[in-house]
Amino acid sequence: MQVEKNFEPTVVAFCCNWCSYAGADLSGNNRIQYPANVKIIRIPCSCRLNPMFILRAFQRGADGVILCGCHPGDCHYTSGNYFARRRMTLLFSMLSFLGIEKERCRVEWVSAAEGAKFAATMNDFVATITRLGENKKLEDLRCKK
Amino acid sequence: MQEVIKQKAIELLSSGKADRVLGWKEGEFFYDITPAVFTDVKEIEEKFVYNAFCGPNFSKYLVAESRKDGKIAVFLKPCDTYSFQQLLKEHRILRDKVYAVGIPCDGMVDIEKIRQKKIKGITGVTEAGEVLQIDTIYGKKEVAKKDVLAERCENCKSKKHVVYDELIGEEGDVLDSHRFDLVEKIEAMSEEERFAFWQNELSRCIRCNACRNVCPACTCEKCVFDNPASGIDQKAAADSFEEKMFHIIRAFHVAGRCTDCGECSRVCPQNIPLHLLNRKFIKDINEFYGEYQAGADMETRAPLTDYQTDDCEPSVILTKGDQ
Ligand code: SF4
Ligand code: SF4
Ligand code: SF4
Ligand code: FES
Repeated sequence: MQVEKNFEPTVVAFCCNWCSYAGADLSGNNRIQYPANVKIIRIPCSCRLNPMFILRAFQRGADGVILCGCHPGDCHYTSGNYFARRRMTLLFSMLSFLGIEKERCRVEWVSAAEGAKFAATMNDFVATITRLGENKKLEDLRCKK
Repeated sequence: MQEVIKQKAIELLSSGKADRVLGWKEGEFFYDITPAVFTDVKEIEEKFVYNAFCGPNFSKYLVAESRKDGKIAVFLKPCDTYSFQQLLKEHRILRDKVYAVGIPCDGMVDIEKIRQKKIKGITGVTEAGEVLQIDTIYGKKEVAKKDVLAERCENCKSKKHVVYDELIGEEGDVLDSHRFDLVEKIEAMSEEERFAFWQNELSRCIRCNACRNVCPACTCEKCVFDNPASGIDQKAAADSFEEKMFHIIRAFHVAGRCTDCGECSRVCPQNIPLHLLNRKFIKDINEFYGEYQAGADMETRAPLTDYQTDDCEPSVILTKGDQ
């Protein structure tokens, strides 16, 4: 795939309210930089993520989607992230089966204390997506200008 | 076999063991067998059939039928019993309103495969052991039954009835099938090849929703594909991804509950190999979370409503080579 010189990817980060969203806040408070390409969407728990949210995000123009939740064992609702983990594993595998670049989706566990990890994760993910280039296989043509 | 089953249907109805009988009758064409509810003996005598075209799986009908007055008797092939048990497990069928009769099956025939053998003007098919005698307007023809079996029967996973009140014939066994072979072949393709393969298959979809309607695992009273607010209810896909979205969501919703009964692929008017999507999920579930066959028992938890604290992380997908 051709990568344009000044390609700025759009990355959607679904963050669970209790850990990762707080982690993102902390990284801001500590003035740790992460790219402005990342658009955060807060969800109550990682298991709130309906697979359709991911597909929708891609369809409407995201180039990469990342889900962040509490570390396994630390979910505010005890087990939400364990269920999310199974679902995302199967979904990502299916996307890859359909020939979609598997690096475009990721799951990362980030606690409320891990502001630095949040920023590092986002830097790395945005770099990966920038390298992959524009999402062409999953987009809805109506949503692109 | 048709006679034995027909007699059983008559016996169940006349003895009062059942008030209705769910069976098969001829539809528009002789190979177009449709499900039918029989309430009188005369009708059974005239119309009841059981032959190599009796594909329809009755399990899903029982969701509604078991809620009506009286008891219904039903005939289930081995693979149908898996769907039936899966629905029982999900509390979708009232068990005491159903009298289930397990019946033997030695494979269903796909009329398309007969046509692909350049046999035209087919007016009738009779089974004679391993061969099918085909009447056509151009005279008689013969084909080996094993060459024209439906895909799901070629790869039959089990001849065992997992649940029944009464069994006609002998108890079969779970078989060693090769049903994942093609999935493996696609996994071994390059990313671009896989994309092209699915683009070609899925772009034929006309969104008739037949695959959803027939699926015994799809019994939601309100389905996401009927909900105008879901954004995925469209009959016409607005772009190439929307087609994929429908298929990903459909297969995902039944992941862990799909018994691989093969109904979705059977009814698809566009011959889209939907079973490959379902089997991809089944294969992954087996690999990641241990062997699991939906509908095989009443106790085991469905893989997506269960977890282990040491399950693999989604990043395994990244390290799985080019799949
Ligand atoms: S998805 Fe297809 S194979 Fe699976 S249960 Fe539904 S109809 Fe049967
Ligand atoms: S497609 Fe999904 S929402 Fe629709 S009936 Fe099947 S499982 Fe339910
Ligand atoms: S049955 Fe076939 S054509 Fe109809 S919606 Fe399903 S995949 Fe599409
Ligand atoms: S609340 Fe954070 S993953 Fe469940």
